[in-house]
Amino acid sequence: MQQFCEQLLNGLNLGSVYALIALGYTMVYGIAKMLNFAHGDIIMVGAYTLLLSSTRFGLPWYLAVLLCAVVCCVLGVSIEKIAYKPLRNASPLTVLITAIGVSYFLQSSALLIFGSNKQKVDSLIKIKGFTVNGINVSGESIVTLSVTIVIMILLTLFIKKTKMGKAMLAVSEDKGAAQLMGVNVNATISLTFAIGSALAAVAGILYMSSYGFVGPYTGSLPGIKAFVAAVLGGIGSIPGAMLGGILLGIIESMAKTYISTDLADAIVFGILIVVLLFRPTGLLGKKRIEKV
Amino acid sequence: MEKFKSFLIRKKKPVIFSVLGIAVFIICNALISSGTLGRQGAGLLVPICINIMLAVSLNLIVGFLGELSLGHAGFMSVGAYAGCLFTIHFDLPVYIEFPLALIIGGLVAAIFGVIIGLPALRLNGDYLAIVTLAFGEIIRSIINSLEFTGGAGGLKGINKFSNFSVAYIAAMLTIIVIVNLVHSRHGRAITAIRDNIISAEAMGINVVFYKLISFVMAAFFAGAAGVLYGHHLAILKPGTFDFNKSIEILVIVVLGGMGNITGSIIAAIIITILPEVLRDLSDYRMLIYSIALIVMMLSSSSPKLAELRSKIKGRLRPSTGKEVA
Repeated sequence: MQQFCEQLLNGLNLGSVYALIALGYTMVYGIAKMLNFAHGDIIMVGAYTLLLSSTRFGLPWYLAVLLCAVVCCVLGVSIEKIAYKPLRNASPLTVLITAIGVSYFLQSSALLIFGSNKQKVDSLIKIKGFTVNGINVSGESIVTLSVTIVIMILLTLFIKKTKMGKAMLAVSEDKGAAQLMGVNVNATISLTFAIGSALAAVAGILYMSSYGFVGPYTGSLPGIKAFVAAVLGGIGSIPGAMLGGILLGIIESMAKTYISTDLADAIVFGILIVVLLFRPTGLLGKKRIEKV
Repeated sequence: MEKFKSFLIRKKKPVIFSVLGIAVFIICNALISSGTLGRQGAGLLVPICINIMLAVSLNLIVGFLGELSLGHAGFMSVGAYAGCLFTIHFDLPVYIEFPLALIIGGLVAAIFGVIIGLPALRLNGDYLAIVTLAFGEIIRSIINSLEFTGGAGGLKGINKFSNFSVAYIAAMLTIIVIVNLVHSRHGRAITAIRDNIISAEAMGINVVFYKLISFVMAAFFAGAAGVLYGHHLAILKPGTFDFNKSIEILVIVVLGGMGNITGSIIAAIIITILPEVLRDLSDYRMLIYSIALIVMMLSSSSPKLAELRSKIKGRLRPSTGKEVA
């Protein structure tokens, strides 16, 4: 029972990181109708920024976090402007291959700059954990969970209440009609990429606080798993991404404990296939009818 | 007489192709035996053939069916393990055993092609790409955790059966089968699905059947290429067949031109030779690949660049522009 509770907590911890990354995927997919394959690598860039700013140059934590978010925002928006914007009316295959290219570009640039060795990043979280009924609750878990909950509430409020948020919803519903209603589509898409990348930066920082090492390929696996989470919850749906992320984190950590560490990834990907087979729109996704 | 003439024109291409094929084979063999290529050059011939098989078969899915498969390395690994386990555990004469291993590797990969193709029928675009990626990763982690595949340490003790002649014949067979498929009635059905799936369905094309057949064919040849690969290196490690391998094959297909088999062949040769020639640049290899992918996609689809290209073309050949007008 004690082990179960600890694994549940681990799962929640991992799941909230996945949920933050999945939010970026799902928002970009909802608006640009494209799978931003490079999203996972933005986490890696965020982690390296943290390494340089906090561990190497010793900036205070709030400046380091701010710097990570800004660097990732700028990166995300410029990727959109350079690589994705010219392809807005191209076939999905073209856009997907471009996104894979961008992902590889980020990875190999990091490889050239920082080398292939993984480097230690000091955790920003200095809060001590506590023990309830023999269950260890780490400081990292407390911070990760509370940060995720706060971000999710803020994001939901932003989308439901503000003008920009409503513009995002409108663009994801119908780009052409939104443009006719006076929504600046390009600015809205840039904003989406900026928010998604900032969330990836936060996710990167939280991921680093639990795992502690960054390498050029750090972002790709959590990126792909977060995509699985987004699909599981229903891509394009914001509550779906949150739910999918948390569920996936719990499933992964349970599979690691009770089934096999080697097969945990296979189980996660197996779930993706099963979900896509029986509910292609995910748990909370809307069904879309294809028109001729 | 007219009929005979058109017959000749129609038959010309295959004749040129087969003459060229045989000529290349003879020249390469002569170069190997005379030692002009050197050890390093001769050692590249089999990988070139393997990459040609992989690229041409992936081109069937990406270029002609118009779906993105990110799990081609998965098919390759399944075929490689099946074929290599066969030659390890059976002791037949080489000239029976190795072709049989190639076919077995291909068939096992083809079965996986059906397994992947079946869910793929309900999906398309990004979702399908992710499912193929997931399948590739699942296959890799299962091979990694199984006992009889040697686990993460790899499968050892494979005979070095692969030589240039076998690899060349296998690559030729791949090209012949895929080119003939693409130019047949079935190939036109496959390209019709790529161009517009709804109208293809409305014209009575069996979308399910053709999607499945494309996946199965591509998987078969990727599996056979895997068997050649295993018998070339004499060791198989699950780590080799990761996502990066799939991307490398995709890079070949994209560089050669999606839906262009000649392009795939040329790109496969270049991409195999280039890292050997530019050893100093090996760190930059993936960077160059990634930039090549982005630039290729942007230049083929960006409206601004297309305008620029047509302007340059118009300047080079001003007369053609007038004729059109």
